[in-house]
Amino acid sequence: MDDARINEIVEEVIRQLRRAGWMEGPSPSAAVAVNQEIPAGSGGAQTRALSLRGADQAAFSLDLPDPAGAELRYRPGVNHAKDPAALKELIAATPSRIGVGRAGPRYTTFSQLLFQGDHAVTQDALYRDVDPGLLAELGLFTVQTKISEGKEEYLLRPDLGRQLNDEAKHAILEKCVPTPQIQLVVGDGLSATAIESNLRQIYPVLVEGFRTAGLSLGVPFFVKYCRVGVMNDIGDLLHPDVLILLIGERPGLGRAESMSAYMAFQPKQGDNDADRDVVCNIFEGGGTNPLEAGAFIVQFAQKMRQYQASGVKLKLAAG
Amino acid sequence: MLLRTKLHGKTYEFSDLRVLMGKANEEKSGDRLAGVAADSAAERIAARLVLAEIPLWLLYETPAVPYEQDEVTRVIRDAVDPEIFREIRDWTVGELREWLLADTTTAERIHRLSGGLTAEMIAAVTKLMSNLDLVYGAAKIRVTSHCQNTMGASGTLASRLQPNHPTDSPEAIRAEIYEGLAYGAGDSVIGINPADDSYTSVSRLLEMTYQVIKDWEIPTQNCVLAHVTTQMKCLKAGSPVGLVFQSIAGSQKGCESFGISVGMLDEAYELAKKHCFPSGPNFMYFETGQGSALSADAHNGWDQLTLEARNYGLAKRYHPFQVNTVVGFIGPEYLYDARQIQRAGLEDHFMGKLTGIPMGVDACYTNHARADQNSIENLAVLLTAAGCNYFMAIPMGDDSMLSYQTTSYHDTATLRQLFKLKPAAEFETWLESLGLMKNGVLTEQAGDPTFFLRR
Repeated sequence: MDDARINEIVEEVIRQLRRAGWMEGPSPSAAVAVNQEIPAGSGGAQTRALSLRGADQAAFSLDLPDPAGAELRYRPGVNHAKDPAALKELIAATPSRIGVGRAGPRYTTFSQLLFQGDHAVTQDALYRDVDPGLLAELGLFTVQTKISEGKEEYLLRPDLGRQLNDEAKHAILEKCVPTPQIQLVVGDGLSATAIESNLRQIYPVLVEGFRTAGLSLGVPFFVKYCRVGVMNDIGDLLHPDVLILLIGERPGLGRAESMSAYMAFQPKQGDNDADRDVVCNIFEGGGTNPLEAGAFIVQFAQKMRQYQASGVKLKLAAG
Repeated sequence: MLLRTKLHGKTYEFSDLRVLMGKANEEKSGDRLAGVAADSAAERIAARLVLAEIPLWLLYETPAVPYEQDEVTRVIRDAVDPEIFREIRDWTVGELREWLLADTTTAERIHRLSGGLTAEMIAAVTKLMSNLDLVYGAAKIRVTSHCQNTMGASGTLASRLQPNHPTDSPEAIRAEIYEGLAYGAGDSVIGINPADDSYTSVSRLLEMTYQVIKDWEIPTQNCVLAHVTTQMKCLKAGSPVGLVFQSIAGSQKGCESFGISVGMLDEAYELAKKHCFPSGPNFMYFETGQGSALSADAHNGWDQLTLEARNYGLAKRYHPFQVNTVVGFIGPEYLYDARQIQRAGLEDHFMGKLTGIPMGVDACYTNHARADQNSIENLAVLLTAAGCNYFMAIPMGDDSMLSYQTTSYHDTATLRQLFKLKPAAEFETWLESLGLMKNGVLTEQAGDPTFFLRR
């Protein structure tokens, strides 16, 4: 190995250290000892002493903690804050990304990478399908809307996501009981993660709740590539008193687990959002807890039956 | 009507102006959804070749929704200056484009010409502009407005401080305001999208933001972007309102889907002039966005760009302090990816300015669009070059209430430093007096929200 190559390797190691926030300084120097405080806002967890003399690649090791965890996520990034204790309180007051500090007018490396990491998980949730194992476990059969070409078409054609395909209609008529008092349907919507995170908790609450209330429950099923408007098609096929659709919401940044429950009294062709009610933000840890949401839905369905209405009409009728 | 051309030996024919206008657009998923998009790349350009030869009088006589049926059409048509229109009625759309771009055409001449244009003419010429045309054309036009401060002056870039919170917590919102002010954000407005649209909650947020403005003597205005009827109630009850906000759509039917009418906006405008606390004379704030009419099935078969141009014609009636398109908010079924969002952002900004309104842009995207923070940073750079009046400023661009991403406190500061721009003059003086900014650059003290805890 010639000198030039060795220098290259050394410089690369120094670049990596600087990137990880463990080293400062404008130009790489081959033989320095670094023993410094990690700058606020960087991902490192403790002070380290590093000798770069004779550094070799085999000895180089990085094992970083999860920046998305609460400990690092909410760590103040402002250098020399006027009131460091109050800064922590301000940060704790809101889920928004404040107290993050800056590099010139730009973000710190840590806060920028955390943002990108949060965006990345929402992207993954959006383009993934709901785990078939979960659906099998709860005994849900699967039908599909008129979307036939996958997620991209689903995103582009909301009109097709609101209509059941012919096979779906046949399967529903064949397997389901008509005119149930309550019909439960699950749809993927814009987040598979939302269904996977909440369905196991909310599902038994709904089933038990309606049973206790003495209401007949139709045969539940799952709709792939589902939009809320599909409730009209299902209403026309099965004529339930109350139709409940559990569906994944559009993912927020770093939060793909939020689910909604849309509810409609005797839904039919031509109904729109004004004819429906919705319980949104169903998720554990900050949203409406799925167990509580389930109990609320059972109550609300009874109210719909009592007033024979949903949406704006229910608001007017119930006062 | 015959609308026909040849291109590379093939003949293309368009049945009417509505079809021609749709097919002449850059590719947009929303136009495809509406069934008005070109079937091929060549047909798109063929449509533009024909559109370039359309005289302005034909566009004047062919509004997207007929005059008799639609009050937005009536607002726009009734505002046309007949003398100016007579001068340009025989210009073609292609000639209008070249006139706008000519070195001899000054901002003053464009301002005067605006008075003779309808939304359909503005949309048509926009379809013939490339992205750099849109940047260059818009950069010529400055539209200034005044409420507590002056926005839109040459050499300035403002931002709306948008301290949203999922449950409207006043403590959280105040913390976000402090962080934003510490980055020099908030000269356009401190404007909150409320989760709760009720009078009680909205008036409480108005009081709280007004208190911050008063305590720190900030030369800016507040706004809670509730439905206009809620804000009218607040105005009547004496709440401290800086700007009165409403989302608008490009047709009467679209406005109805937002629960508004021209009569209602007229009434809101009168109340704003009477009761808003700033000196004015501009008190109104509107938001728009391509695809909103289509999503309410209120587009009357026309393309989303033309409907968007009509928003600006409606907004102009109220001498707004600021108008912005929320360009990527609507989702991928209308603007599919970064490329379509960027194009629409440049189009909307140019159209607003050509209409003669003070234009900002919410350069943004949702998590189900094929876009990311890089793509809206790109768009913000282009729009700053185009002389955009203001951007949104949100903690790291991540709106925890509306679940979308836009530009940040850091972004406005960066764009100012990059393009040597200043905040609105009164606001800059205020920032300098506090020691947060010097010569347009953030000082050592900037970026620390606890700076604002000492009063």
